[in-house]
Amino acid sequence: MTELPRRVSGLLASSAFRLAAISAAAFVLLASGLVAVVFWQANAVLTDQVVATLSAEADALRTEGRSGRAGLLDAVAARSRPEGPGLYVLVDSTGRKLAGNLSRVPPEVLSETTGGVFRYRPVTVNSSAPVPAERLAVAMQIVMPDGDRLVVGRDIEDQRRYADGVKRLVIAGFVALSLIGICVAAMISRLVLKRIEAINSAARQVMAGDFARRVPVDGSGDELDGLAVNLNAMLERIVELMAGMREVSDNIAHDLKTPLNRLRNRVEGALRHDDAVAHKEALERTIEEADELIRTFNALLLIARLEASTIEDSATDVDLGKLVAGVVEFYAPVAEEAGARLDFAPMSGAALLLRANGQLLQQAVANLVDNAIKYATIARPSAASSATTAASSGVIRVALAVEHGEALITVADRGPGIPAADRERALRRFVRLDASRTQPGTGLGLSLVAAVARLHGGRVVLSDTIGETEMPGLSVRLALPGTLLVRGAAASGGQPEATAVGTAALDASPTSDVRSADLIGVAGARGVGHNARA
Amino acid sequence: MRVLVIEDDKETAQFLAKSLKESGHAVDLAGDGEAGLDMGRGALHDVLIIDRMLPRLDGLSVIKTLRSEGVRTPVLVLSALGDVDDRVKGLRAGGDDYLTKPYAYSELLARIEALARRAVPEEQQTRYVVGDLVLDRLSHRVTRGGEAIVLQPREYRLLEYLMKNAGQVVTRTMLLEHVWDYHFDPQTNVIDVHVSRLRSKIDKTFEKPLLHTVRGAGYMIRDGAV
Repeated sequence: MTELPRRVSGLLASSAFRLAAISAAAFVLLASGLVAVVFWQANAVLTDQVVATLSAEADALRTEGRSGRAGLLDAVAARSRPEGPGLYVLVDSTGRKLAGNLSRVPPEVLSETTGGVFRYRPVTVNSSAPVPAERLAVAMQIVMPDGDRLVVGRDIEDQRRYADGVKRLVIAGFVALSLIGICVAAMISRLVLKRIEAINSAARQVMAGDFARRVPVDGSGDELDGLAVNLNAMLERIVELMAGMREVSDNIAHDLKTPLNRLRNRVEGALRHDDAVAHKEALERTIEEADELIRTFNALLLIARLEASTIEDSATDVDLGKLVAGVVEFYAPVAEEAGARLDFAPMSGAALLLRANGQLLQQAVANLVDNAIKYATIARPSAASSATTAASSGVIRVALAVEHGEALITVADRGPGIPAADRERALRRFVRLDASRTQPGTGLGLSLVAAVARLHGGRVVLSDTIGETEMPGLSVRLALPGTLLVRGAAASGGQPEATAVGTAALDASPTSDVRSADLIGVAGARGVGHNARA
Repeated sequence: MRVLVIEDDKETAQFLAKSLKESGHAVDLAGDGEAGLDMGRGALHDVLIIDRMLPRLDGLSVIKTLRSEGVRTPVLVLSALGDVDDRVKGLRAGGDDYLTKPYAYSELLARIEALARRAVPEEQQTRYVVGDLVLDRLSHRVTRGGEAIVLQPREYRLLEYLMKNAGQVVTRTMLLEHVWDYHFDPQTNVIDVHVSRLRSKIDKTFEKPLLHTVRGAGYMIRDGAV
């Protein structure tokens, strides 16, 4: 029996029940008010009607009485039917009854000049019948010139009964309504509570470690369903982040343990010999490897931090044209040295402004250019070829354009490229395609670029560079939404005219050497959905 | 040069003290923020090296307090936090330079030497002269032995920074930060290529080299051997 009170108190504590109960109570209150007004109005109308009838009759009888008592007596006698609704009594100035179907003048009427309500026992024809019950009536009195008093009344017992019946009905109705209201409230709250309980139980199971568990979605599209969908999306994101963390730790383990082990082996090997020169060399190599480790570690750490941060904290207005030009200028000598050429045509007459973390964007573009230089100059498998292709193979196109409000920074090389199947993997967090480390650097460049893109609500698209070379090349496009095109700012320095890019990007030249059909490795797309800017 | 090292990790502090002494500097050590603040108040030192995370009083508070008390000694902030924001916070608190752990000792040495030099009030120099190499900061002209040398704007700034720190080691990171205002690791030897281009313009056709590579540290411009 302890179950019931517990459930009742649980029900009372539920906000759904309280809400439903309050609305039911308000409804009942309103309805009773309404019924009371209607009732009172109906009563008034009926009373008025009775009073009007009485007054009319009184007027008629008064007219009769003007011609003398005899006429009045006749009229009263004629109207006084024993069981009719009309009640009459005529008395003389001493109070003696002269005619009528009332036994006496009701005292309630005497005191009132406009009439009064009183109880009476009807006069019965048959004396053997039981004494009839008292009935309710209204009456008014007329004083005749000769001192006679006439009381004209109407039996309203039937109306009273009817009114009582209505009253009882209304009260019963309200009681029923209240009960139904409470029941409905309880049902609603149980229904809602059941669904909330489902959410709660799913949450508890997730907390207990069952991360695959999801909140049931019934597809009704209501608020609770929306909540369930959002909770599931949140869980999805958490699982994703956790998988990311696992991936991080795995990759850190791999990326750091391997070189650490190499480092350790070298020191151990050097210790085995007593050669001072070998020791020195080993120590120098150890420092180099430690620096390399620090770089890898920094890159991993930076990617991890980017994954968990938002852009708002560190955003400033960044001039993309200036930024890209700066990076191109920075890397130009290196490219030349490596036998490549950076080809970048700055946008003329307009500046591209973006709320962004300038240093991270610098780093991202630098990574792309750095990668392109490394791979652009890798010798093709079939080395000997025509002079023209050899010359063009070292060209790295860097382009900045605007399309649909997105700044597109494209870095396209003519190197070996990345096979379509590997592209998505190349952009995943902490993934190194070049695990064997045949090239210097951490090999985390593209992952970092993808992380920077995600942070800015953008994405990175990899594709083949189209050219006449035998190697497909790699074209990396960094798309950053929310770019503002400022005309004339770079060229004239005059009053810049700012326009939203989407509508006014007439001089946005889409980079022509990227086949849109080839945009396979799309990464960071889900980052858009999770970013506050999107 | 007298250096105050405020660092709570004993081994790091000992390593710094030993290395700085070997480099010819006098070193005082403080193990926590409060002790460091007391010692720094005397303004006896040429450079303060302050770790960001210290017991009792954190590094940034030490710097802020010192600055509010009018102590102008240059400060190098050491930190394990290497984010852009952390760097900005460190510099905003009154630090003069910021170095992220782990660092190379040569980097730290080059930076504190540059800091100490910067602290010496130098009249607004309009000309830097190293040997027969002259950089005129007003006309932006560079000559060597009276012969004009044509430099790209960036090469000019690179040379300007090197000559400003003439006789002192300038690391690649310092160049990256001061000449390009980049705060990331370019991975490839980009700086080396830029320096070698500059070198080919100012040294190649001359008998005596001025721009030297300091092995394991960076570069130095000076008249004479390193």
